[in-house]
Amino acid sequence: MRALLVMAALLLAGPAAAPAQTESARVEIRDQGFNAPSVTVKAGTTVTWVNHDDDTHTVTSTVDTFRSPGLDPNETFSYTFTKPGTYEYFCTLHPLMTGKVVVTPERSGS
Amino acid sequence: MSDERGLDRRGFLQCMAWTGTGLVWSVVGGVPGSRALGPGRAQAEGAGEAWSFVQISDTHIGFKGAANPDAMGTFEAALARIKALDPKPAFVIHTGDITHAQKAGAFDTVSEALKGVGVERTFYVPGENDVFADGGTEYLNRFAAGGSGRGWQSFDYRGVHFVGLVNVLNFKAGKLGSLGHEQLEWLERDVAPLAASTPVVVFAHVPLWAVYPQWGWVTDDGAQALAYLKRFGSVTVLNGHIHQIMQKVEGNVTFHTARSTAFPQPAPGVGTGPGPVKVPVEELRGMLGVREVRYAPGRDRLAVVDTSLA
Repeated sequence: MRALLVMAALLLAGPAAAPAQTESARVEIRDQGFNAPSVTVKAGTTVTWVNHDDDTHTVTSTVDTFRSPGLDPNETFSYTFTKPGTYEYFCTLHPLMTGKVVVTPERSGS
Repeated sequence: MSDERGLDRRGFLQCMAWTGTGLVWSVVGGVPGSRALGPGRAQAEGAGEAWSFVQISDTHIGFKGAANPDAMGTFEAALARIKALDPKPAFVIHTGDITHAQKAGAFDTVSEALKGVGVERTFYVPGENDVFADGGTEYLNRFAAGGSGRGWQSFDYRGVHFVGLVNVLNFKAGKLGSLGHEQLEWLERDVAPLAASTPVVVFAHVPLWAVYPQWGWVTDDGAQALAYLKRFGSVTVLNGHIHQIMQKVEGNVTFHTARSTAFPQPAPGVGTGPGPVKVPVEELRGMLGVREVRYAPGRDRLAVVDTSLA
């Protein structure tokens, strides 16, 4: 799990010198799973999911905060997380595929 | 207790199942046997009273993945197999994943095409691909309008009781698909008045038995449904979802999963997970197929005949 978190962190775009300005992150869908089951990002970050499988998948919030259409091979879905919190999601076609996005405040103390 | 050969009866049946193509499965007194496909097989079943129906599954119309860029073409090949059956089947049962991810127009394509195979009617149950985007609204309006439940159904045909169950409407994160309370109660009431000697055929998309729970190849409360069927002398359970033939016998219940007409999936636990498997193009049609189920009254026998599209 830790390795996956580190990997997710490495995927975060934006200059390393300005960590607070992180704006985007990617989660790869592969082999019927989300490669980073837990991603931690700052509020305001856009997370993009990319489907590398031959099958169709969805990225669907468990409480309906966001809901992708069916993602065919190589299609992507993006959502911008503006509010801190933990956002759990799953694939409605393959409900054993689950993941979460942990959104932290944009600046500590703000 | 232990089997020196490392191959118990169930394992043996599964091994046989993997050989798949071109075998005829016959159920005699609850024990499957097999014989090679050959000419004159219709006559071999004898008895003028015999009749049959077809199971087609996982047509996934709209699928465009590498595992089969022409799912429409293989579907049409499956239709041709059904049309060529002699004698003609009484009806067709589609065990779900009619569409691939509810692609626009796919429900129409399949239901119209199946009207042209020369049977009076096709009975449907949904797969998750048919309901995931809208919670089943389109499917239910189309195929279950006027029904009392949410797509589950039963009917009788020439002394056999058929039950169609829906186990894809309440997928939740991290959980297995299930039938749910309302449907289970309906099932209990539905079969209650039947004599134990009534042959029962149950059809649903996801296997009702635990094929491979780690991949979601099971119905969470399937055992409860099967408990209501325990007292019957002959129960045949037909499922789809896993795109391959598997059999299991448990008491008087015989379980069968069917091939897809669109693409194969891996054997349980093989590889990185379930999903479309790309095979050499010349092998694809051998892994797809349709199923004919024959019933001969008085012979206590349901013959399950799987035919590949090769």
